[in-house]
Amino acid sequence: MITVNGEPMEWKREMTVRDIIDAKRYVFPLLAVWIDSVPVPRDDFDITEVPDNANVQIIHMISGG
Amino acid sequence: MEKMKVLAEWSYDPAKPFRGYTGKTLKVNVGDMTFESKDVSEDMKDKFTGGRGFGLKLLWDSVKDTTKWNDPENEVVISGGPLCGVTQYPGMGKFYAVFVSPLTDQTYDSNAGGHFGPLLKFAGWDAIEIQGKAQKDVVVVVDADEKKVKILESPFDDVNAYTVTEALHEYFGDPDDINDRRFSSVLTAGKGAETSFWGCINSSFWDSHRKMPRLKQAGRGGGGTILRDKKIAAVVVKTHDLSGTANNPADVDTLTRLGAKLHKEIITLDSKQCRMRTAGTPHLNEIMNEYHLLPTNNYKFGQHKDADNIHSKVYEKMFTQGIADGCWYGCTMACAKAVDGYELKTGPWKGKKITVDGPEYETAAGLGSNVGVFDPEWTTETNFYADHYGLDTISLGTGIAFVCECYELGLISKDNTNGLDLKFGNKDDIMELLHRLGEGKDDFALMVGKGIHKMKDLFAEKFGADRKVMERIGMEGQGIEVSEYVPKESIAQWGGYFLTLKGPQHDEAWLIFMDRVNKQLPTFEDKAEALHYFPNFRTWFSLVGLCKLPWNDIEPEDNATKHSPQEAARVPEHVQNYVDIFEAVTGKKITKEELVLQSERVYNFQRVFQLRLGKGTRKFHNIPDRALGPVWADEWEARTEYYDNELKAGGIDPAGLSSQEKCDRLQKIRREQWELLVDTVYKRRGWDKNGIPTVKKLKELGMDIPEVIAVVEKHAKPEDQWKD
Repeated sequence: MITVNGEPMEWKREMTVRDIIDAKRYVFPLLAVWIDSVPVPRDDFDITEVPDNANVQIIHMISGG
Repeated sequence: MEKMKVLAEWSYDPAKPFRGYTGKTLKVNVGDMTFESKDVSEDMKDKFTGGRGFGLKLLWDSVKDTTKWNDPENEVVISGGPLCGVTQYPGMGKFYAVFVSPLTDQTYDSNAGGHFGPLLKFAGWDAIEIQGKAQKDVVVVVDADEKKVKILESPFDDVNAYTVTEALHEYFGDPDDINDRRFSSVLTAGKGAETSFWGCINSSFWDSHRKMPRLKQAGRGGGGTILRDKKIAAVVVKTHDLSGTANNPADVDTLTRLGAKLHKEIITLDSKQCRMRTAGTPHLNEIMNEYHLLPTNNYKFGQHKDADNIHSKVYEKMFTQGIADGCWYGCTMACAKAVDGYELKTGPWKGKKITVDGPEYETAAGLGSNVGVFDPEWTTETNFYADHYGLDTISLGTGIAFVCECYELGLISKDNTNGLDLKFGNKDDIMELLHRLGEGKDDFALMVGKGIHKMKDLFAEKFGADRKVMERIGMEGQGIEVSEYVPKESIAQWGGYFLTLKGPQHDEAWLIFMDRVNKQLPTFEDKAEALHYFPNFRTWFSLVGLCKLPWNDIEPEDNATKHSPQEAARVPEHVQNYVDIFEAVTGKKITKEELVLQSERVYNFQRVFQLRLGKGTRKFHNIPDRALGPVWADEWEARTEYYDNELKAGGIDPAGLSSQEKCDRLQKIRREQWELLVDTVYKRRGWDKNGIPTVKKLKELGMDIPEVIAVVEKHAKPEDQWKD
């Protein structure tokens, strides 16, 4: 089990950041991701695997419409 | 066009900008045909900075406590600010219009791109105040080339925006050089602005690629209505004194360096980020739909099955690509997209091929999903006519959405609408309503154009419509319509819309993602902090003459890897750019904290100004039920699982309750949360429980101006003495 933005989510083997983004239907392009407080470069979302028990923050960067 | 008759004129010696300021403001009274130059003091710069700050200061000095929107002493004050007109960095050509609004009966500020703000400064003026009421239609001209300000008799029978703007660019341009028209800019409203309270101010810029004037809008608040009430057909500014260093900045090299850096960021990253250069703000259409934020059928829903029809890719194909669509020189963000060669299908210009500025996201949603229409061509046509008639597309969209729901609920009928079948999605009849608003003759359209706040009174009084129901579903606050995001799932955004100075426009704070999706604001104190920081940070754009988009619709590639999540949302590198640019232009060193302090001074001053005009207390920070949560069962049933969980989180078991009962229970919970939010935000802002800035706060800010303190002391009372 992992936590994504404070909510539990089932962990799967070889799960990547991109898999989580797709599962959550986060279509906004300005996403920033931290796994256990370590930032993940945007270009590495597809290849970065998320370990079990990770605390994942997926932040939508827009702070103004 | 024949030579226009001069009714009054006045000579002046244009002051050259120095460090971003000319040090002079201009006052034109079209009633008694007088002109006045005022000096800008150092104290005025320190306290009000410029732009909207100057507008509020000048308006404060010119109106009475009792001034209403249509009193002759009310003004439209236009000011760019010290950074306005910079060409090295993107998004630096905005002006801010300030006035007492017909919709809200308090001060309003509304901004536009186009060339008017920069040209006004380069013509010698940090601001222009327009006061009085003319006897007949006039054109006000500030001509720095001739060193004259004139009031001319308007030759226009048709005062609609494109007609007047095109004619005046031609009139004031060199007949032998079409691109000489770029040295003028024209403000207009339109026929629809005369009879509705939704009048926008159109602001032109000459598009040298298309060889035509384009229009941007200070859309909100009814500024165009005031221009027409003053019988002003247009305001023209003209100067050839235009260059990349016309502001006479302290440090051009820094401006060039920072600009080059951001240009590179935009050119290399925009296609991977927000696609502002190709899709413009409609890149948000499908995103808002995916997150249940796209207002649909008067904000009942946030998502619709036909939303793919208005996908940004559709708009991207409609927009002409490959043209530098910046609304001021040097803006590589270039989001002022346009549809060229569009053939109008309805209205007075039916069959004519025109260029439409936009649609922007707000229009695509307001005059689209929110009225139940998912047809980009129809939205494009409404966009054109709204601009032409001088109508704000946001209030228009939200206002018509309210009318459609009243119609579908049976609160009003075809007998009341003069035959129009105003169901959601009925494109033909909604378009007809727009034309009737533009003509200003039809009595139902006249009622609609007064805005939702007054429609509720009028529909109840004239048609017997249920007032309580309309209060629940009418998406307005302080008298003005909500802009185009569904706020009901974000407590912080309730404040972002309804705890604002002027009503629910999204220019103070847009916190839905931070609050609801990112979960970065878990406590009421966190939400209050965001509702303190973002409104104050964003107010700064309005003081100095900037567009907000280059701040956070593009971000440095390493923004998220360099900063913590909480910090990254503020885009620290871009904030530092603004700090450095302020010093590079004005020569005054500030910190990022002082930047916010500059805003906080004006923010609190404007709050006291509302108080002075009889508003500005807690009771005016009202929120309709529709903004808090689902009102009707079908809204609940569109997201049953989600809302059932919301109810459970509030300690109520949804089992056995009908959908309508669930709506009512959740409303009760959320209304209590709203009151808690108000208390927490007021405390963070340094206001008392009635929403009035305290004397202590004003002293801290250096805004303890005697007449400001006097207003606070007059109105600040213990809770048992608040007026109902």
